[in-house]
Amino acid sequence: MKSFVFPEFQVIRDEEKCGQCRGCERQCAFGTHTYDPAADRLVSDDRKCAGCQRCVIFCPKDAIEVRPSPSFYRPNASWSREKIEDLKRQAETGGVLLTGCGSDKPFRIYWDHIVLNASQVTNPSLDPLREPMELRTFLGRKPDMMDISADSGEVEIRTELNPNLVVETPILFSAMSYGAISYNAFKSLATAACKSKTYFNTGEGGLPREMREEFGRCAIVQVASGRFGIDAEYLNIAQAVEIKVGQGAKPGIGGHLPGEKVSLSVAETRMIPQGTDAISPAPHHDIYSIEDLSTLITALKEATNYEKPISVKIAAVHNFAAIASGIVRAGADIIAIDGLRGGTGAAPKAIRDNVGIPTELAISSLDRRLREEGIRNRCSIISAGGIRCSSDVIKAIALGADAVYIGSAALIAMGCTLCQKCYTGKCNWGICTQDPRLSGRLNVEIASERLSNLISAWSHEIREMLGGMGINALESLRGNRDHLRGIGLYEWELDVLGIKGAGE
Amino acid sequence: MAAQIDAADVKTKELNDRLRELLLSGAKRVRIRNVCGQRYIGTRLYTPQGLRMEIEVFGTAGNDLAAFLYGHRIAVHGNAQDGVGNTMDAGEVIVRGRAGDVLGFSMRGGEIYVRDGCGYRAALHMKEYEGKRPVLVVGGRSQDFLGEYMAGGVVIVLDLAGESHDAHFIGTGMHGGVIYLRGSVEESQVGDQVEISPVDDADRAVLADYVTRFLERFPETEVTKEEILASGFVRLTPRSRRPYGNLYAY
Repeated sequence: MKSFVFPEFQVIRDEEKCGQCRGCERQCAFGTHTYDPAADRLVSDDRKCAGCQRCVIFCPKDAIEVRPSPSFYRPNASWSREKIEDLKRQAETGGVLLTGCGSDKPFRIYWDHIVLNASQVTNPSLDPLREPMELRTFLGRKPDMMDISADSGEVEIRTELNPNLVVETPILFSAMSYGAISYNAFKSLATAACKSKTYFNTGEGGLPREMREEFGRCAIVQVASGRFGIDAEYLNIAQAVEIKVGQGAKPGIGGHLPGEKVSLSVAETRMIPQGTDAISPAPHHDIYSIEDLSTLITALKEATNYEKPISVKIAAVHNFAAIASGIVRAGADIIAIDGLRGGTGAAPKAIRDNVGIPTELAISSLDRRLREEGIRNRCSIISAGGIRCSSDVIKAIALGADAVYIGSAALIAMGCTLCQKCYTGKCNWGICTQDPRLSGRLNVEIASERLSNLISAWSHEIREMLGGMGINALESLRGNRDHLRGIGLYEWELDVLGIKGAGE
Repeated sequence: MAAQIDAADVKTKELNDRLRELLLSGAKRVRIRNVCGQRYIGTRLYTPQGLRMEIEVFGTAGNDLAAFLYGHRIAVHGNAQDGVGNTMDAGEVIVRGRAGDVLGFSMRGGEIYVRDGCGYRAALHMKEYEGKRPVLVVGGRSQDFLGEYMAGGVVIVLDLAGESHDAHFIGTGMHGGVIYLRGSVEESQVGDQVEISPVDDADRAVLADYVTRFLERFPETEVTKEEILASGFVRLTPRSRRPYGNLYAY
């Protein structure tokens, strides 16, 4: 059927600069560029271009430019080009529209409407270059009270403490499964997490056997509704286990890793036959209630000899705070809350762009709810979904999070340009693909260095901002909303965030 | 000589502490008496060196018996509650009685034999992988949603009392594995993704094998192997390994 959709992008080649090296042809898995030997020139098919900019960056002559195609339909406030073209695609295929990455819709980004405090004259600011600044964070259940004995200088903690994860900076890598991302991308995250003394999250695709011994010490392993790749060794080699209930990009629905992405190695890691669809049902079918969740949490604690904190990851949706309270009471040691802008390798566009609430509002509601109920100490909060920079991290913590998960940010550090074509499996950056020719482009050593650099850079910035506020430990900022003010927000938004307006 | 545990008034965690201690001290066989709903029996028995133990349970095993089981053998003389063999990896579970809901959920290896019937959602998302092919044999009947999302393995429901299968939504979303039902089933009782067909000689060989094993475990069964195998069986298999292959606009 002839497609009535405009090409999304326009490929412009400067023929003066082009040396006919055919690099662009090799770089593009979508087949955008082809060489015409008769004319000795390269030609581009705009319709195939994903806008990932791989050819632009890798053209040795800087001869290529890729820009959004300027074609337009008669301007119409209701019928945007995107709406018209999505509809046409569905009329042409009869299918559900798929997309990748987090929502790109202009929902209010609260981070950009919140400003931080700094010390002036009184309570002087601290210089992180000469003062020790404490970013170390303990994730997990804290006791209701500490029973301590001090006999002749010997201090002993009598209270039985629960296992906690120790991170040297409050930034963890979000769940991205091997299968959704390439082996090299997965290994880069693992390598960087170990190097930067934080954790990566395996997602629901298992942990390859040959990686278990080396990277188990910085792994959080997931148990999701599909229960892929789970055995007792997988649970025990990790430092924490996360039950994935929901994901910000697609709350309430499951996932299907299509059979063509289930390569031999992915199949081995997920422990399913090669080439079959890996289907994660929408709910865990052994969890239909908080009591059932409690059963699974305890089963995982049993399976790991009560040595690991158990996290439960949910998407931020309406009334989630009440559910989260139930989750804490069900025995979760960590709650990971994933907001509206959380990323994905594949999600129905209708879900990604319409379901859930922003993580900023979610953190604040959750922190407040748990404080009001007197159970905030029983779990840590990891916030996810739309963290872009160090100031987002510090604002998340001041709103009540203990730490953050970064997903998209980590992928961008490795080369991702958020072209949203992850679901095609043709990622030219070697990140979201199982094609060995493409995934081989991602060098684990370089990619993990880029990731570690990012963690290091953000941690420095966090120390700077903390010092500016006159605070020398992240602990003192947690839930400390006095250090935040809102700009350009409605009263209800300030109320939900629990912050004052700027100047107040 | 089997080690003994009296589980009367012993809490779940304490019971499993003792089981683990026994495993680590080298016990090969344990008998637990007076079990009354204690959960996760067999779950905390992972060791990197792969120690194995045989456990006999007298009484009613609580939820998640043998969850994540790592190669042990557990026999329950009595009923078992929900979640038997949840995400089980290897080993064997024998229930000389009835099992509750979500029996064999997401199980990837090992074998479960249940003498009587079982509840809802049995064998849900059971899957197989290389040498691992889980097996669930139920002597009675199953309730609704048997084998939903099933991706591998073998399920045999014998209905030995001949009450006829009344479960619905059998095999909804099924994309791997096989279910054998003794007797017959209506199209309206199975999911759209399921094909009902008669059993062939290869299937009969599989059935003969597991019926034999079932009867070895439950010699009290009044029906003979020959009688069981002589009766009619139907085979349920998925129509496609890619039930969602055509769902999306690319």
